[in-house]
This record gives sequence, structure tokens and C-alpha cells, in this order.
Amino acid sequence: MAGSGMRDLVVGLFVLAGLAALAYLSITLGGVGTGVAGGLQLVATFDEVGGLRARAPVVVGGVKIGQIETISLDEDLRARVVMDVSPDVALPTDTSASILTSGVLGDMYIALEPGAEEDLLKDGDEIDYTQSAVVLERLIGKMIQNLGASE
Amino acid sequence: MTGGGVTRLGRGATRMVFDLGGLTRFGAQVADSLRRRPLRLRRLADEMFTIGVLSLSIVLLSGLLVGLVLGLQGHTTLVRFGAEDTLGAVVGLVLIRELGPVLTALLVTGRAGSAVAAEIGAMVVTEQLDGLRMMSVDPIDFVVKPKALAMVLSMPLLSALFIVMGVFGGWLVGVVFVGGDPGLYLSSLESAVRFREDIGGSLLKAFVFGVLVALISTWRGFTCRPNAAGVSAATTATVVMSSVATLIFDYFITALWRF
Repeated sequence: MAGSGMRDLVVGLFVLAGLAALAYLSITLGGVGTGVAGGLQLVATFDEVGGLRARAPVVVGGVKIGQIETISLDEDLRARVVMDVSPDVALPTDTSASILTSGVLGDMYIALEPGAEEDLLKDGDEIDYTQSAVVLERLIGKMIQNLGASE
Repeated sequence: MTGGGVTRLGRGATRMVFDLGGLTRFGAQVADSLRRRPLRLRRLADEMFTIGVLSLSIVLLSGLLVGLVLGLQGHTTLVRFGAEDTLGAVVGLVLIRELGPVLTALLVTGRAGSAVAAEIGAMVVTEQLDGLRMMSVDPIDFVVKPKALAMVLSMPLLSALFIVMGVFGGWLVGVVFVGGDPGLYLSSLESAVRFREDIGGSLLKAFVFGVLVALISTWRGFTCRPNAAGVSAATTATVVMSSVATLIFDYFITALWRF
């Protein structure tokens, strides 16, 4: 039947479109296997990560170069953040990492500030210079304390 | 009279237990046929067309409209807090976690589930199922199984398409109409979505709803009283029961799928 062949084609297209939508949801949005191909794994330890979460962006000068893989506690009870960044970016060994917030209420991300050393960070290296997240509540708490003390 | 009310309540409760038992036994029969008999691919492809492809237009259109509304409502609310950059995450998460699977299930119930119940019901009325049995063709294997399977397979696909259309609708409002940042819309969504909790839960919901709607609609048709009023009752019961079951299961899947 000619009609039946046409119908099968439409069914096939429907299934393909559905699978494409599923793939888009899982790969682009869900982040399955979006680790940068041959990406550089960098580790940084912070006293306080605030609201930083896995998959948050890692930026240099505002340009996204990777994302956060995992956040865990190390043996000294400090937050250990593993980042996955593009290998094309040449980062010196004295690069520093700070946790910043986009806007007052926005999401947290890690900004890397390249240093001046000649040697470059390699896969698995640790970033030594880190600046923890600023927790707004603590900042306000401290401010109120200082105000109270000055009176 | 209170006595009459209590009797009715008792009758309703017995009826419900009886229905649940019947539905479970019917589901077991379909599962058994799925396990023992080979698939009829020709029948499956035909049913995928009537159930999946013909539901496509309403699902895509609804997805787009829901996305547009979510984008607009989300934007007007988020602007008050200066958080309009998170619009993508708001629209996307709502669609992925809840509205995508649930609304798709409700739409497919109305569009295809009712039709399945009416079709099988009409076969009962015109004694076609008895005709099949007389030729020793198992009606569950020949009529019910392809329809149920097509429904179960179509639901996750339709739900995924609904979500993508919704995200696109939200993007239209958030980026094109009100002139938001095009990169932030998607990147806020990307960093908010987690694969296992969000996408996995969404797929699980769509699959479970597919099984529910498939079984309820075929079972209502199959057990339809053999007259015109029976067909209409079966169709109504399909829509009511599928919708309620979808919403009940949605709550429990959401509550249990969180770690």
C-alpha cells in the first residue's frame, strides 16, 4: 500500500523528532557528557563556597571557559571544587580563583584571574590562591556588630 | 437520607476496589501477552500514527502556548525582584519537572485515550472482538497490545517535544518580545537542570503516565457495556480516570523521586 509507506515515514519522522527532543534535553540542558573534550581538570579549595553548585560556569574575564564538576569536603573540612575547563586556555600556575555572584541575587560562579608565571597549569593541578564566596548574611551581621561597637 | 448516603458510599467504594482489581488483572494480561507473543510491528506502526503523530499538532501548539504564558508571567514577576536573568531556569524547570509530562498526559488522554476507548468499545458493541475470538485470534494481542504499546512509546516522545516547544515559547517572550539577554536565558536553564533529578524524573513521569493512560483507555473500552450508552460511558470514564490517575501519580513520583 502506498498510503501505508507514507504513514510509516511520518511515524519514523515523529519518532526521530521525539528522540531529537530527548537528546536535546539530556545533552544540552541535562549536561550528559558535556565535559569539555579533553578538558583540563583543575582543583581549588575554598573555606566557603556559599551557594555554588555543580555545573556552575567557570569564567576568565567574563568569558565562560568551563564548568564545575563536583564540590566535596576534603579531610580538613574545606570545600574542594573540581573544575573542568577548556584546554585551549593557557592558565599560569599562579592563577587565582574567586567565587563571585552575578548580580545581588544571581547564580554563583568561579572567576579565574590569570597570574604572571611562565609555567602553565596542567590536568589535575591545584589552584593555590583562592577567595571564598561572600555570604551576604555574614557580611550584614558583621556590619551590624561594627555599628553596635562604634556607638 | 443518611442511610442512603452510606449505602451509596459503600457501593462506590466496592466499585472502586472492583475496578482497581479489574484494571490490574487486565494489565497483567497485556504484560503477559507482551512477554509471550511476538510484536505485530505493522499494527504498532499504524497505532503510533493514530496515537502519536495525530496528537503531535495539539501537543506542539499547547507546548508553545504554555511556554509563552510561562515566559510572560515569569518575566513580569521576576522583574520585580530584578531576577529576570533566571527566566530560563524558571520556565525550563517548571516544564521539565511538571507541566511537560502532566499536560502531555492530559492532552493525550483527551486526544487519543478517549478515541482508543471509543474504538475498542465500538468493537465490543459490534461483536468484532467476539469475531476475533471465534477465529482464535486473541483480541488482547491483536487489538489492545499495539494500542497500549504505541501509547507508552509515544508519551515520552510527545512530552519531550512539548518541553522543547515550551522552552522555545519562553525564549520568544523572554528574549525576542521583552528583549532579554539571549545567552542568559539558556545558560541559566543549563546550570539549573540536573540530569538525574530533572530529566530522569521527567522521563519516568512520562513513561508511567503513558502506561496509566494506555491501560485505562484500553481496559475501559474492553469492558464497555455492549450498547451505545456503554461506549459513551467508557469514553467518559477513560478521560476522568486517566486524568485523576495522572495527577495522583504525579504527586507520588514527585515526592519519591528526590535524591
